[in-house]
Amino acid sequence: MLAVTRDPLSIDALTTAVEAAVRARGEGCGALASFLGVVRATHQGRAVRYLEYEAFDALAVKTFAQIRDEALARWPDAELALVHRVGRLEIGEASIAIVAATAHRADAFAVCRYAIERVKQIAPVWKHEYFVDGDAWVEGAVADPEDADAREKAMAIACA
Amino acid sequence: MRVTVRLFARLRELAGREVWTTEVPAGATVADVWATVTQAHPPLAPFDRAVSCAVNANFSRMSSPLQEGDDVAFLPPVSGG
Repeated sequence: MLAVTRDPLSIDALTTAVEAAVRARGEGCGALASFLGVVRATHQGRAVRYLEYEAFDALAVKTFAQIRDEALARWPDAELALVHRVGRLEIGEASIAIVAATAHRADAFAVCRYAIERVKQIAPVWKHEYFVDGDAWVEGAVADPEDADAREKAMAIACA
Repeated sequence: MRVTVRLFARLRELAGREVWTTEVPAGATVADVWATVTQAHPPLAPFDRAVSCAVNANFSRMSSPLQEGDDVAFLPPVSGG
């Protein structure tokens, strides 16, 4: 499951899908690691009212598929589900849900961490923050999915 | 030839437009289209070294040649997650 949605996120459906996939492979599924990115009440000391996320949906889903392919090249018996929410999100709501399934726990954490690091590097998604006293687009990484250095950096963080 | 130009996020806001079609010479590259965009919308020029591009919803290179009818998207630095 790789998707962009305007609806609230839930990890349950993702968990069910990746567990079933990995159950049928290799040693089977022994670990599920999940990550929810959540709207924080402050950004660099400023009080946040809410966020708006925007995505290039068609390209984002392809990018998520690339991230899954990269993860499975390194962890062949893993499975990964990733859904990003767009639209207006209130404080405390989840903007991204990732679930990794593997045979053993260390790999589940690593796959999950790799996926979120790669999303931050290359997924065509943008965050617009609305503060009490203004608003600002957040601009992070220049997306280049072929940049091997970025890929290795994400892998190093995932396997630290 | 005609191509579609598509802007996202802050690029769209700075330009004040999202999607339009434009005429470029045969053999034009993505960079040539970006040059016409920044010429028409100078506030986008500072993104010269920080813009990513996609052609027909696939990541591309500024040096890539275009075909008639291509959909060329320009992406500011990303901030998902």
